[in-house]
Amino acid sequence: MNQFITAVLTSLSSGAIYALMSIALVLVWRSTRVINFAQAGQAILTTYIGYEAVTRSGSYWVGLICAVISGALLGAGIDRFFMRPIFKRVNTGPIVMIAPVVATLALLGIIQAVIGFIWGLSYQIIEAPVSTEGLNIFGSIIAFSPFNLMVLIAVTLSMILLTILFQKTNIGLALRASAYAPEIAKLSGIRVDAVRTLGWALAGAAGGLAGMLYIPGSNLYPNAMDVLLVFGFIAAVIGGLDSLFGAVAGAMILGFAVNFSASYISYKLVFPTAFLILILVLLIKPRGIFSSSKGRKD
Amino acid sequence: MSLVVENLTIDHGAIRAIDNVSFTVPSGQLAAVIGANGAGKTTLLRTLSGLKESKSGSATWNGNSILGKRAEDLARTGIMHVSDGKSVIAELSVKENLALAGLWRKDKKDVAKATDEVVEMFPILGQRMSQTAGSLSGGERQMLAIGRALIARPKLLLLDEPSLGLAPLIIEQIFQTIKTLVNKTDLTVLLVEQNAMGALKIADEGIVLNLGTVVAVDSAQSLLNDPAVRAAYLGF
Repeated sequence: MNQFITAVLTSLSSGAIYALMSIALVLVWRSTRVINFAQAGQAILTTYIGYEAVTRSGSYWVGLICAVISGALLGAGIDRFFMRPIFKRVNTGPIVMIAPVVATLALLGIIQAVIGFIWGLSYQIIEAPVSTEGLNIFGSIIAFSPFNLMVLIAVTLSMILLTILFQKTNIGLALRASAYAPEIAKLSGIRVDAVRTLGWALAGAAGGLAGMLYIPGSNLYPNAMDVLLVFGFIAAVIGGLDSLFGAVAGAMILGFAVNFSASYISYKLVFPTAFLILILVLLIKPRGIFSSSKGRKD
Repeated sequence: MSLVVENLTIDHGAIRAIDNVSFTVPSGQLAAVIGANGAGKTTLLRTLSGLKESKSGSATWNGNSILGKRAEDLARTGIMHVSDGKSVIAELSVKENLALAGLWRKDKKDVAKATDEVVEMFPILGQRMSQTAGSLSGGERQMLAIGRALIARPKLLLLDEPSLGLAPLIIEQIFQTIKTLVNKTDLTVLLVEQNAMGALKIADEGIVLNLGTVVAVDSAQSLLNDPAVRAAYLGF
């Protein structure tokens, strides 16, 4: 029973972190139709900025805020000064499909190299603001800490805020319209380029948050979030790439699958399970498990 | 106040889609651009609304050049383009589709007023406000697309094939609504249509395009009576 409860709780908290990365990828995909591999680099760079802020101020919370804000600024900057010129310059031939994705891969490498120059390659630690020791439930310790609980609460709150932003505000309507039909949005007077940059900013902020919630339970080094990029991507594909709800649901499915297989069979199954799910989804429901069987009408 | 197009030339890839086209639409009038499929009608509209670049020539609205401007900026200056294929966003509700063209407008009271007017014009939209646009019929989608453009209080409306794929009765209703709009307000309309007969019947002026060039510009009435135009475009 204990093993079961522990597996459920750890599934939820790791699923929550996958959800942030998955949402970051979906936000960029929806607005730009690019899988942003640089997301792992953006997230880790902003986590280093958060780490720097924690070290100087002594407060995790200052670091968290710095990471989220710098994540948003970095995301917006990458779209405005890197992606937008690439889309403008590369506009004919087969390279159009590949260039933006390759550009994000290049950016990932550059960002990680820059981090190595500034902070070095050795492990750093970000102290969690609450205990990372397992909770004591009915006299036995389970592998779920107050920090894991904080992660769950923080991610749930962000999801609620994002939902309100997307469903209840004018900015959210512009974001959705620009994602679904950029040309019609333009013809309605929406500044689609600016809205796209906002999408990148939101994605960057989600990545910064993901880093600050993930690293305290692990170590900080330039490649620390590469695994999360892979898991976030798999979660996004499970959810159909286009849907924020799908991204969260996909992340939770992935979280449960890898934690249960690790807990009940072997921790060696974490990666095989994740990739097995990816392959199954691509074979059976390539448009995501929430897509209807009917194609979208025009 | 008028739309003046002079020697406009537009390439579509390697093909010259519009070749040295000139015409004028005086303010408050309804001009119909007719011509067969591939005559360059849609390309012309997409260029005038900022979606496509031109090769040479000029196009001005009230004396200001509209070429090379961004579509969203032209929309904000009152040039609204209702593109073909019932341009609504299927995933959004009817209400949200309408709201789009008012998001950037400062005068929120007038946005609400314009929305009421659109609902009065197309009562069916009022009944479908919270449904997604994807659930609407073809005619309802066209009403929604035109309605959305009107929320922005346009001065110049560019309509691309509003009759495409609709039943005759619905076409009649939409054409009459356009006609009434032009008569009652100072709205100028450039209507692109394959349905030449229907379009010329409500238009003040007609522009006949063939393979990218203007073959006739005249009052709609004269074009309807012109034997050559009748034979080529009206089918009798």
